[in-house]
Formats: sequence, C-alpha cells, structure tokens
Amino acid sequence: MTEDSTQPGAGSDSGSYPQGTAPSGTGGTVHPGPGREGADDLVRLVDHHGVRHPNRHYDALVADVDGAALQKLYEDMVVVRRIDAEATALQRQGELALWPPLLGQEAAQIGSGRALRSDDFVFSSYRENAVAYCRGVDLADILRVWRGNASSGWDPYTINMATPQVIIGAQTLHATGYAMGIINDGADSVAVTYFGDGATSQGDVNEAMVFAASYQAPVIFFCQNNHWAISEPVGLQAHVPIARRAPGFGIPSVRVDGNDVLACLAVTREALARARSGGGPTFIEAVTYRMGPHTTADDPTRYRDANELEDWAARDPLARIATLLDSLGLLGADYSDAVKAKADAVAAELREGCLSMPEPAPSDVFRHVYSEPNSWLERQQDHYERYLASFAPAPQEGTR
Amino acid sequence: MSAPATDASPTTVREFRLPDLGEGLTESEIVQWHVTEGDTVELNQIIADVETAKAVVELPSPYAGVVVRLHEAAGTVVDVGSPIVSFRIAGEPEAVVRPVPEDEAPARREPNLVGYGAAVEKGGRPQRRSRSTVPAVGAPGPQVPALEATVLPATVLPAQAPAQTRTPTAAPKRTPVPTAALAPGRPLPAVHDGLSEASSQTVVAHADERPRSTPPVRKLARDLGIALEDLAGTGPGALITRADVLAALAGAAGPDAAVLDAAVLDAAVLDASTASVGSPEPARDERSAAATGEIRTPIKGMRKHTAAAMVASAFTAPHVTEFLTIDVTPTMELLAELKGSRAFEGTKVTPLTLVAKAVCIAVARNPTLNSSWDEAAQEIVQYSGVNLGIAAATPRGLLVPNIKGAQGLALVELARALNGLTETARAGRTPPADLAGGTLSITNIGVFGIDAGTPILNPGEAAILAMGAVRSMPWEYQGAVALRSVMTLSLSFDHRLVDGEQGSRFLADVGTILRNPAMVLTMV
Repeated sequence: MTEDSTQPGAGSDSGSYPQGTAPSGTGGTVHPGPGREGADDLVRLVDHHGVRHPNRHYDALVADVDGAALQKLYEDMVVVRRIDAEATALQRQGELALWPPLLGQEAAQIGSGRALRSDDFVFSSYRENAVAYCRGVDLADILRVWRGNASSGWDPYTINMATPQVIIGAQTLHATGYAMGIINDGADSVAVTYFGDGATSQGDVNEAMVFAASYQAPVIFFCQNNHWAISEPVGLQAHVPIARRAPGFGIPSVRVDGNDVLACLAVTREALARARSGGGPTFIEAVTYRMGPHTTADDPTRYRDANELEDWAARDPLARIATLLDSLGLLGADYSDAVKAKADAVAAELREGCLSMPEPAPSDVFRHVYSEPNSWLERQQDHYERYLASFAPAPQEGTR
Repeated sequence: MSAPATDASPTTVREFRLPDLGEGLTESEIVQWHVTEGDTVELNQIIADVETAKAVVELPSPYAGVVVRLHEAAGTVVDVGSPIVSFRIAGEPEAVVRPVPEDEAPARREPNLVGYGAAVEKGGRPQRRSRSTVPAVGAPGPQVPALEATVLPATVLPAQAPAQTRTPTAAPKRTPVPTAALAPGRPLPAVHDGLSEASSQTVVAHADERPRSTPPVRKLARDLGIALEDLAGTGPGALITRADVLAALAGAAGPDAAVLDAAVLDAAVLDASTASVGSPEPARDERSAAATGEIRTPIKGMRKHTAAAMVASAFTAPHVTEFLTIDVTPTMELLAELKGSRAFEGTKVTPLTLVAKAVCIAVARNPTLNSSWDEAAQEIVQYSGVNLGIAAATPRGLLVPNIKGAQGLALVELARALNGLTETARAGRTPPADLAGGTLSITNIGVFGIDAGTPILNPGEAAILAMGAVRSMPWEYQGAVALRSVMTLSLSFDHRLVDGEQGSRFLADVGTILRNPAMVLTMV
C-alpha cells in the first residue's frame, strides 16, 4: 500500500491501467505526448485485488458506506449484470431486435447512479440500463424500445430520467439545457449526463461543455471511457486522457477507476456537492471496459485483442467487491443466496415483462405525435384504419 | 425420440425459429449444436453456435424442456424465421401447441446490413498482438490509421516482412524497439503498429512520397506484408498494379516461405527485437532490458494452456520415442500421380495426406496405439475409431484439431478434411468440438525443414507421429547408391499402454506403406 493513497495501483503490473488512451497494439500510436502522468492518476478506493486503500480526500465522501451499504452496492451490480445477461439471451431468442450490453461497466453506473437524489435528472445514452435500474425503472420498460414495442420506454418524469438517447452525445446538450433551467428555478438539483469515450468527439458534447461552463450550470458530464467506440480504440481519438480536455473548457475534471464502485460513488458525490452549491459543472472520466460486444449485432473479436479482454477480466468490478466483502466476513452463504435469489427474481420478472408485453396496434403509430388532438393526423389515422380493415379477417395474433 | 409428445401428461411442443440475430439479417448458419434430440435443457442453456454475416453467436434456449427435434443439421444455412429446434415443455396445456402455418412463414427480406460492426472479411480476425506498451515519446505524431495493425495471413507472409504486428512473446511493457528492422536498405514496414516512434516518424516522413497505387492494391499489399516502397510500378505513370504486388510476393517468398509458421516469424521478430539498440530515447528499463537481451512476457492465454497440457502430458505419461528413416520416393511418385488425377482435381494432396492415410491403416493393425490411459477409472480405453489430430500453428498458438472418424475416410475425403482443418485453424476459427476427442496425432515438423524430434503426446493420447522433411539424399537403391527422397519418422508413445513391440510394429507398418504404397494390399 503506497503512502500516497491516490496512486494505489502504482508499481503493480496487472493493476496499472492503460493511460486512458490506447491500449497496447490497438492500432494507434497515440499516447499523451507532453507529460506521461496519467497512468496512475485514477481515483481508486478498492483495487482489483479487493483491497481497500485509504484516501485522504475521498474517504470522507464515503464514510457512511458501512458493510451493509457495501453489500447493497454489490447486490446492485450482481442484479444489473443479470439483467444484462437475460436481455442478451432474450435478443438471441428473437424477443428483442437488439441489445447493448453493459457487461464490465456495472461499477461506473451503479456507483454514480446510487449517488443521485430522486430530484436529480439523468440524461443517458443507450447503455445505462444500470443507471435506469437505480432510478427505479419498471424492468420491462427497459426492453420496450429494443423489442420494437414502443418509441420510448417510459415517462421521463416518473423516474427523473430521460429515455435513452441513441444519437451519440446529443443528451449532453439536453442535460446542459435542463441544468440551466435548474438555475432559473433556483433549485439545487443536478442534471447528470452519461456518454462514452467515442461521444467526446461529437460536436454536441463539446458545445454542451462550452455552455455548461459559460452558465456554470449544475451538470455532471459522466464519461464512461470503455475503451471502444464500436470498433475504434479510444487512443485513436484521444491523444491525452479524456478528462484532461475538460479544464480547457473551464470545467474541473477527475479520472476515476470506473471498475471501483466505491470510488465512482465518491467522485460523483463530490461533483454533486459542487453543483448543488453553485460550483458549476464537473467532468468525470470513469475508466472502465466494455467486456461484451458493442451491441448484440457486433463481433468484437474482429477488432479487439484477446489479451486485452483478459487483462480487464482481471479487473472485474464485481469480483473485487466480492473479495472485499469476503475479507470483511460479509460474504456469507445467507447473503450470497439472497443476492442470487434477488437476481433470479429480477431476471424472471424481466423475462415475464418482456414476453407478456402487449403488441401495439397498428394505429398506435399515430399516438404521441402531438400532445394535443390534431385533425389532420386524425384524418390520416382514420384512413389507415379503414385500409387495414379491408384485409378481413385481420390476423388475431402477431407472430414473430 | 423425434416424435412430438404422445403420452398422456400435459405437455406442449414449441418450435423455436431462427431469430434475426443481428440487425436486418436474412439467414444464418448453424455452426454446431450443443444438444441432441432427447436432451433436457434449462432456460438460457446454450444450445447452438450460429454464425451470421456479422458474428458467431451462442443461442440460449428459450425454454426449459426436452429437445424433441433438431430441424436443421449443423453446417446448414437457415433462413431467419425457419424452425430450427422443437422443445417439449411439461406442465403446459396441450392447446398451446404453436406450429408454424406455412402462410405465416416470414417474407423473404433483402439483406440490410446497416450500421454496426467492423466490416472485415471472413476469417480476418485480429491476431493476438504484442503486449508492448511503448508509448510515443514527445508530441504525438500524426496518426496513420490506415496503416494500423492488420491481420496477416500466416501462409503468405514473406520472410522479410518486419511483421511487427505479431510478436506474442514481446515484453508486457518497455519493449526494446526493433529499430534494427528499419536499417537502411531494409524494406520499410508496410504495416505499422506504432511500436516505435522511430518507425512512426519514418512512415510519416515517407507518407508524402507514397508510391502511386490504388486503394485495393494498397490493401492487397498490406495484407500480404509487401512494402509498396520496394516496388517499381509498371502501370501508367509508374502506378503499382496488382500484378506488381503479386510478382513481388512470388519473388520474396521462397519455396518454404509459404508454409512458414507464425512461430518461426515470431522467433525472427523476437531476434530482431533483442538485437535492436532500443528506441531513440529509451527509458532506463528499456535500456537495461536491451542490455541483457531480456524480454519478459506474462504467461497467460494459449501459452499458459499449452504449457499446462505439455507439462501434464510429459510428466504423466512415460514417453518413448522411436525413429525410422525411409526412402519415400515411391510415395512421392504416387503423390505426383494423384495430383494429376481427375479424382483429386482441386484437392490439395501433400505428404501429410499420405502419412495420415498410412497412420490410419497401420493403427487398424496395431490398435493399442489408438487408446487412452484412464487413471481415475483404472481402465485402458480402446477406441474403435480414429480421431486423427493434426498439430497446427495458428494465430492463437498451437492447436491440435482432429478429424473425426479418420479411419473411415477415403483418401480424397481425408485430403479435403485435412485442408479444411488447416484452413479453419489458420483463420483462428477452430470450433471447440474439433479440439476435443482426439485419439492419435500427427505433427508435421517437415514443413520447417526439420528431420526428427521427440514429440510430446497430446494429453490423453497414446501416440504422436512426427513427420520430417522429405530430403533428396544418397541412399541405397537396388544395390547401388542413388539420390532418393528420404524422410524420418519419429513416433512417441505412452509406455504405460504401448510396449516397444507394438510401437515398433506400428512405426514399421507406417514405414512400409510409405516405402512402397502397394504394400497396403497386404494390410487391408
């Protein structure tokens, strides 16, 4: 254990992370040019061996996380991993058109998601299903869009989380605008936007950061650097750690071990406190890894080095917390059984919710176009229904 | 077994139709079934591997129940929406049976491969790459993404290609940079993986004066490891053409280069790395590593598995190795004849093909060689069929996929099976089933120009035959010395199972066949 607790991984081969840029041999030569610090500038409280490292600054932010709270965080991660696995299976079984797995990113999403207050508002990408779980989403609603059952999965105001944005990075603008609204309201809630390393190349994200800094808006830019923008390695588009871009916009930033749920909780809490007290935006780069494919339609073995996956499997976010709990005597059979039962129950609920989802009627396509009645649209709907009625008898049950 | 449930218990038969596993796919190939009819499966149990245009994926069972029918065999390309497997599910009312009415069969869709996934040729997977993490020193140079590491088919790499992309044994970090490979006069690397700033700058410096060529030709050159800078274009305005690249390949690749294995290349690259003087600004560790010529590599992945298997085999089975050197001129003549025959048109036949056949014939006369020692059960397992393993150097490392039921294959079938096995292995696509269940193996060290060795048994097998290179040598022939084609066979066997007598008889039989293929008439 090093004296400087901000660098707990220093000197350990398997524990040291790539510099947030190119993993070795991924095709780019890119690495931070001036100054090669950054390799071990990650905030890390629990290393990949499950060892808790004291940290002068961040310990206070998670002082309330006792054994029971840590057990809850672990349970959350097990459950969302199970949700992810079940949804992947449902896609393979033809029940979903597509699914974007989050395998490997559980700690980044649970750690940050559990730091939020219910009146904070989340603007996420399509991979943040663990965040949605933290927000209390109805499980079947996560799948609704992927099943082609609805245009959006849930009412954003019931859980204060916008439905997932598929346009890369666009949600950062929505979050910043919402945060500017919070200032106008005089409230102390915070907008949190999630996006990936690839999104940081989008104009939207950069514009959002300019506006967030200009207005000192209470918004958190939570970037999950999972190392791959579909098939492009992060090093290709980030010559310096992504977090180091933010200060250029006037936004303080932090790099955190995205596979350390406790550290993710701590840095998110710090950013939330800053935003609530008028301190403006924060950029968090959670360095994690997408262990699965980009989506179920992707084959990462075509572009990814197998060694890399092995390296990151050794840094699994769940395994380290299990080890820590075990060392604290908190991973007893009763607890483990309960966690497994919870995950099984959630998976069963998810599957049942998916399979029992009513098929939408053809005319449902006309709903939600306008919030108020529209005579021209009603006319179209009428025509369409009469057209469909001409095919008698109509099929009783849709087939897949 | 395949009939739907007819008993009185309330059961349902449900058909599972092939879903669209990607986005907008119209068909997929069933690579492999993991279940057979009659198997009981759990929900989400993996029942098959399916290959789409985008990926090989695992199919989880949508039901818990009994597999009553597999509608399609492995290897079949199935339209999306066609039934592939039926399950009998207990405890559901009979009425829920859902057959597929013909008119509900899915409408044929046009392929629409939008959006996702890297567009890579079949089999063009990235190989396990160097674990070096030498970052660029100083300001990052311009990126050359088009030159990023690309898969190089092992079969066509010319020997002089720098091949920096494939150094599985390079250091985990602080790799000495193989600048020696970039000495004046040496060809510039066509493939650049960013190992060294020096090479990066060199490539960038030359980027402006890149020889003229078209993108498909540049890709071809890159795939083949040919440096365009070395070529003189014969097209209009000195344009480098496809023919120029192929001509360079033919010139560069010696007769043995085509079969040069990844391991050999790796060793060559390693030598170059070790001999190099390091990067322009080597860190202290790099200097010391270069000084001692030491490169440390974490033991993991294939290397780890291979090591464990070899240690287990070497220290479990007492190995005996015997050698036999024979005049295989008649076999080579037969080979030439087969190559010209219509039956073998389009089929590659090599000395390995005939050795494999000879082994199958010889093992039928000496079945002890085709057995296994079951320590746990205290039993000797005698196999009736031969699952013939072929040691193959692949992008993933050493693999020994086997040909199931090799003893029953006619020579032409065996030749095709060998070709298929090798191609699949080279492409890194060997399915796990091909690796399991081997009973006897052959390793062809002759392709490396080696004569003999003491091969280590593939774990669980009783024998392994190493075939050496076919050499033209002075040899006794009809009472005089003549130049003949001579080969050495090395046979290792598990002395727990196989005595010297049986091993010797087997090896002698193989030798007899290769010395005079007509002698097969006395054996079968």
